[in-house]
Amino acid sequence: MAECRGLGHSVQRKEDARFIRGQGRYIDDVKLPGMLYLDIARSPYAHAKITRIHEETAMAVDGVAAVITGKTLEGFKLAWMPTLMSDQQMVLPVDTVKYQAQEVAAIVATSRYAAADGAAALEVDYDPLPVVVDPHEALKPGATKVRDDKDSNHIFHWEHGDADGTEAALAGCDTVVEQKMHLPRIHVASIETCGCVASWNPVEGHLTLYLTTQAPHAIRTVVALVTAHLGLAEHKIRVISPDIGGGFGGKVPVYPGYVLATAASVVTGKPVKWIEDRSENLQADSFARDYHITAKLGSKKGKVTALKLDTVADHGYSDAAANPSKFPAGLYHIATGSYDLANAHVSVDGVYTNKPPGGIAYRCSFRVTEAVHAIERMVDLLARENGEDPADFRLRNFIKPEQFPYQSALGWEYDSGNYGAALEKAMDMIGYQDLRAEQAEKRARGELMGIGISSFTEIVGAGPSKTFDILGIKMFDSAEIRIHPTGKAIARFGTKSQGQGHETTYAQIIAEELGIPPEDIQVEEGDTDTAPYGLGTYASRSTPTAGAAASIASRKIREKGRKIAAHLLEADEADLVWEQGKFYVKGSPDRAKTIQDIAFAAYTNHPQGLEAGLEAISYYDPPNLTFPFGSYICCVDIDRGTGQVKIRRFVAVDDCGVRINPMIVDGQIHGGLTMGIAPALLEEISYDADGNITGGNFMEYLVPTAMETPHWELGETVTPSPHHPIGAKGVGESATVGAPPAVVNAVVDALWHLGVRHMEIPMTPARVWDVLNEHGAAATR
Amino acid sequence: MSSHQISVTINGEEHTREVEARLLLVHFIREELGLTGTHIGCDTTSCGACTVLLNGVPAKSCTVFAVAADGAEVTTVEGLGNGGLHPVQQGFTEKHGLQCGFCTPGMMLTSKALLEENPDPSEAEIRWGISGNLCRCTGYVNIVRAVQRASELMKENSDG
Ligand code: FES
Ligand code: FES
Repeated sequence: MAECRGLGHSVQRKEDARFIRGQGRYIDDVKLPGMLYLDIARSPYAHAKITRIHEETAMAVDGVAAVITGKTLEGFKLAWMPTLMSDQQMVLPVDTVKYQAQEVAAIVATSRYAAADGAAALEVDYDPLPVVVDPHEALKPGATKVRDDKDSNHIFHWEHGDADGTEAALAGCDTVVEQKMHLPRIHVASIETCGCVASWNPVEGHLTLYLTTQAPHAIRTVVALVTAHLGLAEHKIRVISPDIGGGFGGKVPVYPGYVLATAASVVTGKPVKWIEDRSENLQADSFARDYHITAKLGSKKGKVTALKLDTVADHGYSDAAANPSKFPAGLYHIATGSYDLANAHVSVDGVYTNKPPGGIAYRCSFRVTEAVHAIERMVDLLARENGEDPADFRLRNFIKPEQFPYQSALGWEYDSGNYGAALEKAMDMIGYQDLRAEQAEKRARGELMGIGISSFTEIVGAGPSKTFDILGIKMFDSAEIRIHPTGKAIARFGTKSQGQGHETTYAQIIAEELGIPPEDIQVEEGDTDTAPYGLGTYASRSTPTAGAAASIASRKIREKGRKIAAHLLEADEADLVWEQGKFYVKGSPDRAKTIQDIAFAAYTNHPQGLEAGLEAISYYDPPNLTFPFGSYICCVDIDRGTGQVKIRRFVAVDDCGVRINPMIVDGQIHGGLTMGIAPALLEEISYDADGNITGGNFMEYLVPTAMETPHWELGETVTPSPHHPIGAKGVGESATVGAPPAVVNAVVDALWHLGVRHMEIPMTPARVWDVLNEHGAAATR
Repeated sequence: MSSHQISVTINGEEHTREVEARLLLVHFIREELGLTGTHIGCDTTSCGACTVLLNGVPAKSCTVFAVAADGAEVTTVEGLGNGGLHPVQQGFTEKHGLQCGFCTPGMMLTSKALLEENPDPSEAEIRWGISGNLCRCTGYVNIVRAVQRASELMKENSDG
C-alpha cells in the first residue's frame, strides 16, 4: 500500500497548484453578469455634523446609478448594525460622523472608475465638532462625548482575579517593579483588502454574498438576524468565502461596505461589487491593540509572587471588538504567562474616542499579545531588579512540567507544558553565554548590542461551549467526511483557510486516521450551502476545533468500517485489529480489508441491518483550550548614529504540540515572527489632536519587507495536548504573540547601562535616536 | 474622457482594444482581458502584488497607464509556465514560498527577472531584489529559498 503521509510529513500543499498559476479565485476575481460597482465617500473630519449631502452632485456623473445615504438606510432600519460586543455601529451616518474616513455615502455605478468618480464628486456639508482622541482625556469629566446615545465615554469595566489578595501580596514583596506601556493601534494589512459581491435575486428572494470572511457561517446567521424584518431568511442566504489573500483577524468583522453592497443589490436588482482600497482598509477597517497598560509585578526572595495590570482600552467610537461574548477583554487574563505565581488581578476599562471602531486580533487569540507583552516586559524588569540574568530568573520561576495540568491564578487550566526545555534549547541554539560575553566586550568599546528573551504561553482554540460563544452560538467547529465508493473522499469544514493550508493539513489528519492518502481527499470550506456549520478560522482555532472534528469524524467512519470489514471477512468485529488503512483478523494479518475495500463494499455489499454509505460528521466541542508556548531570543545591534535597530539573529523555539505538517508549521512561524517584529519596530496607526490619521496608507504604514526581516532560526519541542485527539495545539499566531517583547527586551538590554528601563513601540529609528540622545549616547560627528 | 486604440502583446498574444486614457494597465489586464492572476494590494505603488514584466522588466502595473503599454510585450503569471511549470513556480511550490498566494504572482515575476539578470544571487541580493514586493504571510525566508531553488533548477535546465 502507498504510504499514507499523515501526521508529521511535509506534504506539498494541494492549494499551491492553482495559486502558482494565477488561478486562485479571490474576491476581486468574481465577476457576475450585469454587475455594478460600489465606492464609498468618506468623511474628512473626525467628528462633525452632516448638514447636507448633495446627492445630485454624484448622480450627475456619467455611469452613476444610485447614491445611498444614511437616510436611505434609516428607511429600512439598517443605518445601524449590532457589533459582536453588544454595541452598535453605523453602516452610514444619519447625522454625525465619528471618525476620519468614516463611510458617509455609497455610490453605485456601472464601472469601478465611474463609482470612484461619483464618490469624488459628491459634495457634503459638515459642521465640525470637538474631537477627543486620547482615551485618558475621554474619561475626564466634561470631556467631549463621542456617542450621543450613551451617558459617557466609558464603555465597560472588566476585572478578573483577586484584587485585595493581589494588593496584599504586592505589599508583602521585597521587590516590585512598575511600568506603563502602550501597545499602539496597528492593522493586520493582509495584502488582499476586504470586499464583497452581493447578488440579490428578487424572484427567489435569495441573496448570494461572496465575502472576504474568515467566518462565513456566523456571518450568514448575522445577516439573517439583522435583515429578518426585511423578509430575508437564513435558508435564502448563501455566503461564499472564496480564496482569501490573508486574514489575520481583519476579515472577521462585518464591515459597512458589505451591508452597503447588499443594500445596493437589493435596490438595483443587480449584483454589486465593493472592493476597498488599501487606504480605506487601513483607515476604516477594524484595528488591533490600543491598550494602555499600567503593570506591577512583585517578587519575594527572588520568587515571582503577584501581578497587577490596569488597562485603558481605546475602542474608537464603537466597541466592535471580535471577542467571544463573555470576554470583553478577550483572553487578556492569560497574563500570568509561563510563571508560577499565586496572586493576580487584571482590569480593563473600555473607552470611546473619535477613531474607527475595532479591537480585533492582529494574528492573535483575543488580546493574548497584549497580555504576553506585559508579563514578558515585567519579568525582564523584575529579573534585573533582583540582580539576576533574565534567563536564569525565568528558568527559576517557570511553572514546572510536573505542575501540569496547571491552575493559573486567573482561572485557566493549562493543558501541558515544558517551559524550561524550550528556553534552554533556544539558549543553546543562539549560544547565549557567548553572546553575553560578546556584549560585554562591545559595551566596553561603546557599541550597542542587546539580547532579549520572551517565554510566552498562549491560549488558543476557543473554545469549550460552557464559556465560549459568539452571539450565543457555541464555539464548536465541524468536519463532514464522505468516502466515495472508490475509496476517495470529500471533506468539508466549518472553518476557512486564509493561507494556512487547510486543504493539505486537514487531508493529512484524515489520512492519519483512515489511511487514505491526502491526495485522495478533496477538502472544501467556505460555502455555507455545502459546508457544515462552524465558527470559522481565527484565534488559532482551526486545528484545535475543526482539526479535532476531522479526527473524530474519521473515527466514526472507522467504526462503521469495522462492521463492514467484519461482514466481508466473516469475522467477529471484536476480533478485528485496525492498522493504518486496514482491518485484519487478529492473528492472521493476511485476512485483511483495506479502507478502499470497505468503502466499495459500503455501496455495493453492505451488511444487512446497516445503512449503505460511508460518511460521518462531527461538531467538536473542545473540553479545554490549548496552551502552545515557546521561547524566543532576539539579538540586536543599534546604530548610535541613526537609532536604527538591526535584528542580527532571532531564534524561535516553539512547542505547538504534535505537528501535522512540519513544513507548514515552520511557514506559519516564519510569518508570525515577521508580524511580531513589525509592531515592535515599524507599524503604528496614530492620530493628531484633530483626529487626522497618520499611517493610513502603505507609504506611512510600514509593513516589513525582506530587507527588515531577518533569517529566522527555528527550533522545536513537542509537548502534546492531552485533550486533543491528535495532541495538536495550533500554531498560526504563536510567533506574533511571542516575538514583540523579545525585541523590546533586546533593545532595552542594549541600552540598560545607559539607564534606559523601557521602550515604547514601535522602536523606530527616530524614537530610538531620541532615547540615545537623552542619555548622551547618540553618536555625533 | 479621451479614448485610444492600443495593441499590447500579453503572454505572446496580441490584444487590440479601445481604452480610456486613464485606464491602468492592471485593470486592462484584469478586467478587459480577464487575466485575474495579477493582483492589486495597494494604492501607493508599495506592495508589488500587481507586478508584471513589461518588455522583460518588472513593473508595478497599477502605476502604468494601459496606453503607455501600447506596443509593449507583457508577461503575467498566466504566461510563466508555457504549459509546464517555470522553475520559479517549481521553486515556490517545493520550498513553501507561498501561503495565501496573493503576493505570489508578483513575487514570482520579480524573481524571474532577478534570476535572468543574476542567475546565482546571494541571499542578500535576493532580499534586495524582492524588497519591492510585500508578503504578509511567509516571512520571506521560504521565498528566499524558493528563489535559490529556482536558480538551481534553471542552471540544471541550461546544463541539461
Ligand atoms: S497594487 Fe500595490 S504596488 Fe501595485
Ligand atoms: S503568501 Fe500571502 S501575502 Fe504572500
